[in-house]
Amino acid sequence: MSAEAQIRNYILENYLFTDDQSALDSGDSFLDKGILDSTGILEVIYFLEDEFSIKVEDTEMVPENLDSVNNIVAFIGRKSQ
Amino acid sequence: MCGIAGILNLTDAASPSRDELERMIHAVHHRGPDGYGFFSHNRVGLAHARLSIIDLAGGDQPIHNEDQTIQVVFNGEIFNYLELREELEKLGHQFYTHSDTEVIVHLYEQYGDKFVDSLNGQFAIALWDNNKQRLVIARDRAGIRPLFYTETAGRLYFASEVKSLFAHPAISKKVNLTALQEVFTFWSALPPNSLFDNIQVLPPGCMMVIEQGEIHIDRYWDWDFPNEQIDHDKSADEWAEELRSLMIDSVRLQLRSDVPVGAYLSGGLDSSVLTSLIKNYTDTPLRTFSIGFEDEEFDESSFQRDLVDYLGTHHTHVLCKRSDIGEAFPRVIRHAETAIVRTAPTPLMLLSGAVREADYKVVLTGEGADEVFGGYDIFKEAKVRRFWSHAPDSEWRPLILQRLYPYLKHSPTASGAFTQRFFQQGLEHLKKPFFAHIPRWATTQRIMQFFSEEARAAAPAVGFSNIERILPEGIEQWKPLNQDQYIEAHTLLAGYLLCSQGDRVAMANSIEGRFPFLDHRVIEFAAKLPSRYKIMGLNEKYMLKKTMKGLIPESIRSRSKQPYRAPDSQSFFKDGKPLDYVEELFSESRIKQAGYFNPKATNMLLKKCARGKALGFGDNMAFVGILSTMLVDDQFIRGNPE
Repeated sequence: MSAEAQIRNYILENYLFTDDQSALDSGDSFLDKGILDSTGILEVIYFLEDEFSIKVEDTEMVPENLDSVNNIVAFIGRKSQ
Repeated sequence: MCGIAGILNLTDAASPSRDELERMIHAVHHRGPDGYGFFSHNRVGLAHARLSIIDLAGGDQPIHNEDQTIQVVFNGEIFNYLELREELEKLGHQFYTHSDTEVIVHLYEQYGDKFVDSLNGQFAIALWDNNKQRLVIARDRAGIRPLFYTETAGRLYFASEVKSLFAHPAISKKVNLTALQEVFTFWSALPPNSLFDNIQVLPPGCMMVIEQGEIHIDRYWDWDFPNEQIDHDKSADEWAEELRSLMIDSVRLQLRSDVPVGAYLSGGLDSSVLTSLIKNYTDTPLRTFSIGFEDEEFDESSFQRDLVDYLGTHHTHVLCKRSDIGEAFPRVIRHAETAIVRTAPTPLMLLSGAVREADYKVVLTGEGADEVFGGYDIFKEAKVRRFWSHAPDSEWRPLILQRLYPYLKHSPTASGAFTQRFFQQGLEHLKKPFFAHIPRWATTQRIMQFFSEEARAAAPAVGFSNIERILPEGIEQWKPLNQDQYIEAHTLLAGYLLCSQGDRVAMANSIEGRFPFLDHRVIEFAAKLPSRYKIMGLNEKYMLKKTMKGLIPESIRSRSKQPYRAPDSQSFFKDGKPLDYVEELFSESRIKQAGYFNPKATNMLLKKCARGKALGFGDNMAFVGILSTMLVDDQFIRGNPE
């Protein structure tokens, strides 16, 4: 499964509580769309660190890295380089 | 403390029968296990279940005036009854008991509907004036004692709890989906809504008069913060001195009782204030009760021990485990009679059980101090957000947010830039009186995503602006903190803390809570305090702390506020499996049968909670909100036992 599919499914299952793929666009902002609250982002970070064996630094906890599926995919890509 | 119930014919319906009244009052036996009393006359029937606290031998209700033309049943306490009695006797009124109840009928004779203005107390009163053929129902100012009513088939039915109304076969049982959305936004239904269709609450500070078949409701008192009454000239020392005298008097009045009075002790400032005042300024032997948790995140036992040692009190400590919460939660909902979004009432029900086991019936408790003196984080959070809104592009102004919520394991301020985005919500609503509450309500409303299509279609959507229905004229002109206080007092305090987490879980064990911070003289005094004396910088309840300097340990006076909380979703799982009743209520068939929620989404939430992955407020409130709604449906709509 691609990273994007993994992240999409995680968000759909854990925050939108559905398996309907049309419920989430990969460019949707989690905060603007009300998908995550501010503690929800901590859960996403736990998930990313577990699944992708990365460590998210405090300075990296910014919307540019974590506020959409696309942003996360790009962030993980950069971290893995 | 007691329970009341009654019926009034608005038309020429059959007279209320003893059997009808007995059914209704028996449903609230827990509120008054010491005996029943009844009155009926043509159009009206009154019933009373008594918990004897004042005038144990002579205080049975209903109580009447000299010629028995005025009859009253009453739930609560009139703390200034001795002073009122003296005044009424001087005016020629003759008393036949020593109870606080009797002052009500004579005050009514003397002052008519204005009688309520003389009362310092917590009460729900039903008074029948036979000469004028009118029924007067009144509820205390802050909403400490409950009163529900419904009108159906030419009759008005009223009672301390909804279960008394549902005990009558004429009253139908259905969840009000607008009210449910209000719970899932504001934490409580907005008056006059209860969670049930066609069952209303008499709002706090209101009087209902029923005369010639017509029902009139008027507000006789409200929290009020006009700018012109704020006193900017008085020094901080003068304020502190006056407040100390007032709090001593409030505690002294609320200790009046013919049975021993205890006190809750949380380890926080508010209960420390009360216990210290009892110890230092009264002759009452200090008997205290506290709750602690296995989970360190919620536990305040060390602060409680500090205070117990400092005051030398005879103390009972109850340790609450997660499994205790899971096990007791259905009983909590049986008493709360509403959906709730937190489990926090549950440990307090266990605590009131410990009070009862110690043979106490009455406890003083610290609720209301946060609303009256500016103690909540939401007030500080709003102060920072308002400060930020003056320069929305500023990078350093929102950094102050990081000073909020230091006690949370999963703090919403832990994720830097995300925190700022979260608290940025609603900055455009700066001028709205509910500006402070937008982040909380937005998080709570996440529960709505679990509604079924049918439930969504059945009622108009509830938004933040629905709150405007209960706001007073002119609130936009008040100081921002005063706006925040008003909304908090009418939603969280009156709609949740004083009922689901207050009266109901105490009365579940026949325990009366008393609230010295909600003495209306204290509320009115604090309404004149400049905002800076409530929150100095980000130091909450500044004036209350100043007032208590030297009377409570410095470790408690200077500690950061830790709101009372309890473990939520994790209380309902053992080894990753839901408790049996939880599994049953979350099953696809039960969710579909009830119809409120989407079975697939609720199942996914259940699984997330079972995995221990529900860390944030949103998921936990959703889980508790759904479970409590299903318990309401099970117990009240379908009539299954607890």
